[in-house]
Amino acid sequence: MDLQIALLLGQDGITNGAIYALLALALVLVFAVTRVIFIPQGEFVALGALSLASLQAGKTPGTLWLLLGAGIAIFIIDGIGAIKAGALHRFPKIVLWNLAYPGITGLVLFLVKPAELPMLAQVMLSLILVVPLGPMIYRLAFQPLAEASVLVLLIVAVAVHMALVGLGLLFFGAEGSRTPAFSDAVFEFGTIHVTGQTFWVLASSVLLIATLYLFFERTLYGKALRATAINRIGARLMGISTIMAGKLSFLLAALIGAFSGILIAPITTIYYDTGFLIGLKGFVGAIVGGLASYPVAAAGALLVGLLESYSSFWASAFKEVIVFTLIIPVLLWRSLTTHHVEEDE
Amino acid sequence: MRIRLLVAALGFASMAFQAHADINVGVTVSATGPAASLGIPEKNTFALMPTTIAGQKINYIILDDASDTTKAVTNTKKLITEDKVDAVIGSTITPNSLAMIDVVAEGETPMISMAASSRIIEPMDAKRRWVFKTPQNDAQMAVAITGHMSKTGVKTAAFIGFSDAYGEGWWNEFSKIAEARKIKIVANERYNRADTSVTGQVLKLISANPDAILIAGSGTPAALPQVALKEKGYKGTIYQTHGIANPDFLRVGGKNVEGTWLPAGPVLVASQLPDSNPLKKSSMAYVQKYEAAHGAGSFSTFGAHAWDAGLLLANAIPIALKKANPGTKEFRAALRDALETTKELPGAHGVFNMSFVDHLGFDQRAFVMVQIVGGKWKLMP
Repeated sequence: MDLQIALLLGQDGITNGAIYALLALALVLVFAVTRVIFIPQGEFVALGALSLASLQAGKTPGTLWLLLGAGIAIFIIDGIGAIKAGALHRFPKIVLWNLAYPGITGLVLFLVKPAELPMLAQVMLSLILVVPLGPMIYRLAFQPLAEASVLVLLIVAVAVHMALVGLGLLFFGAEGSRTPAFSDAVFEFGTIHVTGQTFWVLASSVLLIATLYLFFERTLYGKALRATAINRIGARLMGISTIMAGKLSFLLAALIGAFSGILIAPITTIYYDTGFLIGLKGFVGAIVGGLASYPVAAAGALLVGLLESYSSFWASAFKEVIVFTLIIPVLLWRSLTTHHVEEDE
Repeated sequence: MRIRLLVAALGFASMAFQAHADINVGVTVSATGPAASLGIPEKNTFALMPTTIAGQKINYIILDDASDTTKAVTNTKKLITEDKVDAVIGSTITPNSLAMIDVVAEGETPMISMAASSRIIEPMDAKRRWVFKTPQNDAQMAVAITGHMSKTGVKTAAFIGFSDAYGEGWWNEFSKIAEARKIKIVANERYNRADTSVTGQVLKLISANPDAILIAGSGTPAALPQVALKEKGYKGTIYQTHGIANPDFLRVGGKNVEGTWLPAGPVLVASQLPDSNPLKKSSMAYVQKYEAAHGAGSFSTFGAHAWDAGLLLANAIPIALKKANPGTKEFRAALRDALETTKELPGAHGVFNMSFVDHLGFDQRAFVMVQIVGGKWKLMP
């Protein structure tokens, strides 16, 4: 291995690591606020990327049907709930988010020709399609179980993952897709070529992480999420709705996931089931951070990316083994250094 | 009680009646899971197959094994014991097909696999008597590739393949045959179907500086190393295997896969075959039928393996019917014997000439060299 190869591998590892870091942050966020180990996090990567790809191919993305279906299901559940509670004033809001929003999105897709839109508009459209699925999934699958144990929530998360993978196959087929790069620019540093897309990935990741930091530190909603993460009951006593906190954390998780997918779709081929493995590597990063610390999780995810890149050079057949074995010393180290506090469940 | 008895009796009677009247063909395909891109066109193909052969109604019972070995075995057991099928077609991939051999041999039911590895039918033994297959053996395709390499003056070659049975199988065949042809293999790498980056492997391949690189993957995942090779400036010849032969590979690979060489079943370039080719008619028949149902340019060579399995059965069933009635042990044995004596049957992928030792029966007519030119498959002499 000479210096050039080492640098290329490092660049590749950091690019992938940045994506894993984003997913690790989303996993930590969701776990801290709702105690859900969010296995389907990776599915949003695939749904975001594949929705964009099918928009560009001039097809209607299957995620639209998922959005419409989930909207109708929530409308029925919440509608009945509102009638039973005699709270008819809730109806406009329920109709707006669960029927009008998906309906208008569908209408827009139907009226404009998505394939002819500029790239930025296509990206926005894909996000509009995929991101609301986050809070919708929370409403349908996790909100009724909000007080259940971590294990039950994990099992439900696995079920949601299975359902989304199956739907992904149905919507997008078994073959993968790639999308064109955001920019064709190539930068040269001595002998090293760096593509524009790599810069996009790194810049967007840094920007997103900075925005999240500001969101948690400076805004009321961010502070509410942090409060819920620290103490659910305490937060409720202070008037913070845990349902709102849950939906908001899922919204952010879906946004981060879908955006990550859109970022890497030009670099690699995305399949309906690619998301799981990407999410799992983000999860390894999140575990390094003990599912609690954002900076350590991000650093862990970066480490996963680099480890993956260098091990693919030295021992390509054992790459995954090396990456996932990382979790064992980390768990050992964490269990030896941290004082275990019994959770009251 | 009496009514229940009556219903039970009626049920039995109708089942017995059905077993005598119809021929049941059990199918297990990998329509979901990692091999879905192969399994889905196969599944689609069964809808195009004849529903009556020699005046007998044919029922296709199609199950999905989710590319999972255990599920394939369960499906096969269910088909044989519950549905009492006369023949089993499946599965899509090699590990599943290998696991099914024991089950069909015990159930004395002929099986036609749509998976590539020659281990499914070799070495011939008491169990593999019952097993046939339609796709070309990896070895035949490896011979085609190495032959083309020595013809074009390739001295050094590198290999990158899936880290699964497909990649390993190709590595075994390719390394063996390349050595015999005096082609030096300078690098050997693996990657996963779901990998998002192959930079490490690709850098290693390029630093070994081979004249040609063979990528052994199937479907669109095989495009990833090739795109990475182009991006990193590799200038040599790139070979792919017949596993990529579907329209999605061209869509995902785009400009980066221009000039790729691959061996493939003649059906891939059916319309370009000269009229004198014995396979022109039989492969065009499949292409036209599939495209009529699913749109122009939609057919893939994988579905054609299923089609060939159907052709083998359609050819063998009339012979077996002369000896026994469907639904019986004798019929299944007669069907097996009839399959083994298939002679000069043109399919979509090749001409079948089965024998006691060869349960595939393809010769050199079963592959052609194809190059990707202008985003299309082009038949090369």
